[in-house]
Amino acid sequence: MKKNPLLIAILFCNISLFAQDYFPKNDGVKNTNHNFTALTNAKIYVSPTQVIDGGTLLIQNGKVVQAAKSVTIPANAVVINLEGKTLYPSFIDLYSDFGIEKPKRSTMRGRSPQYDPTRSGYYWNDHIMPETNALTTFKFDDKKAEELRAAGFGVVNTHLQDGVARGTGALIALNSNGNDSERILLEKASQHFSFTRSAAKNQSYPSSIMGSMALLRQMYYDADWYSKGNSTTKDLALEALIANRGLVSIFESKDKLNNLRADKIGDLFNIQYVILGGGFEYENIPQAKATNATFILPLNFPEAYDVSNPYQAAYVSVADMRHWNQAPTNPKVFVENNIPFSFTTHDLKSPKDFMTNLLKAIEYGLDKTKALEALTTIPAKTIGKSVELGSLNKGAYANFLITSGDIFEKETIIYENWVQGNPNILADINQKDIRGEYNLMVAGKTFQLSIKGEVSKPTAEMKQDTIKIKTKLAYAKNWADLSFTFEEEPYRMTGQITNNSNNITGRLILPNGNASSFNAIKTAAFVEKEKEEKETKKIDVVPMTYPNIAFGNSEKPKQENLLFKNATVWTGESAGILTETDVLIQNGKIAKIGKNINGGNARVIDATGKHLTAGIIDEHSHIALSSVNEGGHNNSGEVKMEDVVDPDDIGIYRALAGGVTSAQLLHGSANPIGGRSAIIKLKWGENADTMIYPNAPKFIKFALGENIKQSNWGATETVRFPQTRMGAEQVFIDNFQRAKEYEVLKKSGKPYHYNEEMEVMVEILNGERFITCHSYVQSEINMLMKVAEQFNFKINTFTHILEGYKLADKMKEHGIVGASTFSDWWGYKFEVNDAIPYNAAIMYDNGLTVGLNSDDGEMIRRLNQEAGKTMKYGNVPETEAWKMVTINPAKMLHLDNRVGSIKEGKDADVVLWNNNPLSVYAKAEKTVIEGAVYFDLDKDVQKRQAIKTERNKLIQMMMNEKNEGGKTQTPTRKGQRDFHCDTDHLEEAYYLQN
Amino acid sequence: MKNIHKRLPLILLFLISMHINAQQTPALPQKGAFTIQGATAHIGNGNVIESSTIVFENGKITAIGTTSTAAKGTIIDASGKHVYPGFIVTNSTLGLVEIDAVRASVDDNEIGSIIPNVRSLIAYNAESKIVESMRPNGVLIGQIVPRGGRITGTSSVVQFDAWNWEDAVIKADDAIHMNWPNSFSRGRWWEGESRAYSPNKNYIEEIQKVSYFLKDALAYGKTTPNEINLLFQSVQGLFSGKQKLFIHADGEKEMIDAITFAKELGIKEVVLVGGYEAYKITEFLKQHNIAVIAGRTQSTPKFEDDDYDLPYKMPKLLADAGILVALDPDGRMERMNTRNLPFYAGQVVGQGMDKEEALKMITSNAAKILGIDNDYGTLEIGKSATLFISDGDALDARTNLISKAFIDGREISLNSHHTTLYHRYSEKYKLQKN
Repeated sequence: MKKNPLLIAILFCNISLFAQDYFPKNDGVKNTNHNFTALTNAKIYVSPTQVIDGGTLLIQNGKVVQAAKSVTIPANAVVINLEGKTLYPSFIDLYSDFGIEKPKRSTMRGRSPQYDPTRSGYYWNDHIMPETNALTTFKFDDKKAEELRAAGFGVVNTHLQDGVARGTGALIALNSNGNDSERILLEKASQHFSFTRSAAKNQSYPSSIMGSMALLRQMYYDADWYSKGNSTTKDLALEALIANRGLVSIFESKDKLNNLRADKIGDLFNIQYVILGGGFEYENIPQAKATNATFILPLNFPEAYDVSNPYQAAYVSVADMRHWNQAPTNPKVFVENNIPFSFTTHDLKSPKDFMTNLLKAIEYGLDKTKALEALTTIPAKTIGKSVELGSLNKGAYANFLITSGDIFEKETIIYENWVQGNPNILADINQKDIRGEYNLMVAGKTFQLSIKGEVSKPTAEMKQDTIKIKTKLAYAKNWADLSFTFEEEPYRMTGQITNNSNNITGRLILPNGNASSFNAIKTAAFVEKEKEEKETKKIDVVPMTYPNIAFGNSEKPKQENLLFKNATVWTGESAGILTETDVLIQNGKIAKIGKNINGGNARVIDATGKHLTAGIIDEHSHIALSSVNEGGHNNSGEVKMEDVVDPDDIGIYRALAGGVTSAQLLHGSANPIGGRSAIIKLKWGENADTMIYPNAPKFIKFALGENIKQSNWGATETVRFPQTRMGAEQVFIDNFQRAKEYEVLKKSGKPYHYNEEMEVMVEILNGERFITCHSYVQSEINMLMKVAEQFNFKINTFTHILEGYKLADKMKEHGIVGASTFSDWWGYKFEVNDAIPYNAAIMYDNGLTVGLNSDDGEMIRRLNQEAGKTMKYGNVPETEAWKMVTINPAKMLHLDNRVGSIKEGKDADVVLWNNNPLSVYAKAEKTVIEGAVYFDLDKDVQKRQAIKTERNKLIQMMMNEKNEGGKTQTPTRKGQRDFHCDTDHLEEAYYLQN
Repeated sequence: MKNIHKRLPLILLFLISMHINAQQTPALPQKGAFTIQGATAHIGNGNVIESSTIVFENGKITAIGTTSTAAKGTIIDASGKHVYPGFIVTNSTLGLVEIDAVRASVDDNEIGSIIPNVRSLIAYNAESKIVESMRPNGVLIGQIVPRGGRITGTSSVVQFDAWNWEDAVIKADDAIHMNWPNSFSRGRWWEGESRAYSPNKNYIEEIQKVSYFLKDALAYGKTTPNEINLLFQSVQGLFSGKQKLFIHADGEKEMIDAITFAKELGIKEVVLVGGYEAYKITEFLKQHNIAVIAGRTQSTPKFEDDDYDLPYKMPKLLADAGILVALDPDGRMERMNTRNLPFYAGQVVGQGMDKEEALKMITSNAAKILGIDNDYGTLEIGKSATLFISDGDALDARTNLISKAFIDGREISLNSHHTTLYHRYSEKYKLQKN
């Protein structure tokens, strides 16, 4: 519906409420208007919980004067009778980029990476831009404002959505009648942050989620240092951050794991972020609740996949299908869990989809009052404007909607959206419902005319007897224009709709051009047919699993007391292999090993002919991670893999099926000093924090060789130090030397600048954090040991260590805890030219503790076989071979007192195999962690069947959706990300930008 | 690893050349008869002979049987051991690439989309250290295949103990290879596109391009042209049945499209490579008599919803349905990993396939698919004495301990760059300890 500015001006003269009266006026005379407007006889939602029936809303100067049942209407009031109509406070969107141009993506193709900042006088990282003020580039966008108003919004909080620290947002009233002096409600309403790099900036750091997290932490540390006046140089970015400390901080997360990651940063600095969610929060709602954050939720419910082609349908995962089905419950789940939230139009293709999806959420169980709160009072409170916004209490802006009824009903029409007392007409409030059946008399002929569809946009169908006649109807402003073609001749009519009559009469233009008149006599009222059917439509939401993807658990595995009877037990201890032996598991621990054990109430598992071992431990893995390499700096000790554990990776389940129970999740090898490790148990279905070992020994990944000197990264990657092995030594010495000096200063009691990276380096120097170093070639391995010796500490583990056999003696002498290698990898790059499969055997023969690692989501599934290979390559005894994937890696990880062997008192992390576990033929039948069965071959079969059934059900539901005219999207499949040490850091950086 | 080889500093070229050591000397032709006695002979066709006697002369097996078979010439006592036909790898790139990350050593991927005339044989490096490392695990024969593009080129079959490619060749130009287009493709993430897979809009067009080419080639072959077209000429064997067409395809739709396509064009012999979803269309494959080189068993499932062991058991699903199956080594670090071919077969045994059935996939089945089964793939009279003796079960790494190996009756060295370094450094520490 187009608005008519003239009409508005005539009806309501109270525009320019905030006329800048100290401005000179040269275009006429002063036109002050302090009249009141009284909207009477309406149902008024003063707030979501306070409703007045037949009340009056009195406004003046763009603000509410009073909203009550009975109001004394001043003489100088324009009265508008809104009988039968409903008034709502208009909506608020806190997450908008209204009026701000999206930053242009800058590409680095073909250029050398940029490691230094481009700005001076600002922070050392270009992605930190807290000084950005939304208003600097703001330009009120009339077209967009109109779209937003049509969706019910009156106020938006807008900011430049670019970078890690994004600066401030401005609160804007969507008042197209006024100017910026009126509609800017707050110049700085909020601060904004994200984990996403600036699209416009190219500085290499950060290139990963954990890098963004570390950068934010350091930014706050630096700000603290700066605010105390410790800096001798100027930093306008930090000054802005400090100056804006009082504003609410809004974090763009858009990911259920990032929600928690953001909150963790906030906790460190006593900041409670308001979090922009991504729509998947229903999957980890207890953790979302534990953040104590208020959320901003997009209503980005996915469209059904078009699964009519079975080949294409096969590409859609059951997880993606489920999300289509479950996503609309997200807001309802927030309500059920008492988590405050507001809604945003962010991530919608058009604001038009907003109400459609909101109604869907309500259909899926969202309470209407809560929905209204999420649109009004909660965002108002979030932004600290509860008095002025979100309600129609006295003193609030006169921002409200006039509707035909309950705003959360599909048929309801929003007639008008008033912003700051200015009406914006969306639909003609006076428009009569002309729908119904008519006899149309035209030039002596009678036709059957039926008008149906929406009240504001009705459509017409015409018939003469049974013959359909093509016709067109346009209805606006009490005028109906009707045209049709009959016997190949055109007829045009226009008629006025009056309140006095249900019939329509008017002027007719005959095919010959002559004017005449027509008459349409109403014979029957309009009957809505579809409505009843729709209401009976049952909402069918499939149940969630943990995690909510294929092979997730319908219930989280519980600890049980288990008695394995009559097994061949590979103890991994001096007892060696015990035949026909029982193992009792109680309270998550190995309680007893022996013959004929009485297990009491323990569940008995017949293990006759089977092999029971400790769970496999992978010293070097990159599964279950959201991100792997922070290659933006040559030292990234400040990043933590614990920050980016992804508990939903199908790789976890697949590794469990290969008998793996623990893994060290390492940073990649993009730089000499990598990130801190996460050591996890593969508790499939639990959240990340539960998977991480409590009191885990502290580790950090170091790396040597081709990857850190970027040998295989292409011709442009030649500017980061080091580019040679010579340079690598200097990086290590430099960092340790600086750490030493840092610690001296820190201990001196003088002010010192907290630096997370240096803190980590100090931990290494003090033996509190262990190094596991990615290594291939003997020269540099020797070098790193010498650097360590120079600084009086020891290297804990050399990982990969493919030339370990060349200097087993030197490693022994240095006193490494262990060497973790590949069984037989070589040939993939130049530095593995001398990698031999006998490496493990030679190191073992020379008394080193040797482990075998995967570094690979495939090999982790069969590390048992990799251990078996050492029997071929170098004749390692069976029991020793087995230790290489269990107790030996446990020793390297300083976890051998907890896991790695079958010993009374240790964690009950065990695997039942159907065959000698070192054999290629062996299959894990049960994988148990702390007494809970996380993988069970029989249950796996059930899960396969369940996936098949569920896929079929969801496909059927999506077919129905399509057949009923619902929107669909093309089937897609997410690319699986199988991380390795050398996962392309550029790919990571792009990933972070997209 | 895949993306590494794309951008590699040329500088490493000379570094490599420094490291090329002398390779093991290829063995001389067989002199005199050999008899292997007492071993469990795994024939390669599903049969086993316990306490066997195997006699071979002039490179051919002349007798095989139980203890009653008469011995001849040099007797090798293999009591308690196992004898296998030399393992055969199909769809391999051995000898075409030495080090993945060193571009100068990469010769498996020529530019161009339709390049059937490109021949792998002449680039096959008979002295590759990677090839040499196959032999101690029993992998003695391979089909060497060019990769890249739509029609990738012409493969040949070689044995792994030779001075040069001419000596190595068993069957020159045995097949043409084609990568079937994918009906789903992934966005170019580096251009800011989604990294998700979505329907490939160019699928039909991509098929048509190959179709036009092959139709042209067929027409070309019907006359004697004045001007030679190398591309058309190189595929004539497909229409005569002299060469097979190996189509690399994984999706159900793709496979059906590919086979229908090949049959319609009158291509006589078609082999499917990869065949990730082949288990869904076994009836169709049988109907068209299509052999499958099943995707690497030791790989991760492609789809999140797939059974964790789908790649492990896939060959079994096909074999159980009556399809001729061999194993594909293609995948991450495929060349160096090809020495694990016996364990790729062993992996399927873990899923319930009979050991001798699994063995067929890397012996007789592979030989049939490559069309060398008259001479290779089984331990039968008249066939090449390409075989080895293992202390134990050769499909399990623990017991794959090979003491002797023969190619065409020539006793080959089982040393390698790896064993050399093993001995060198074992010696170093022994000396230190003394």
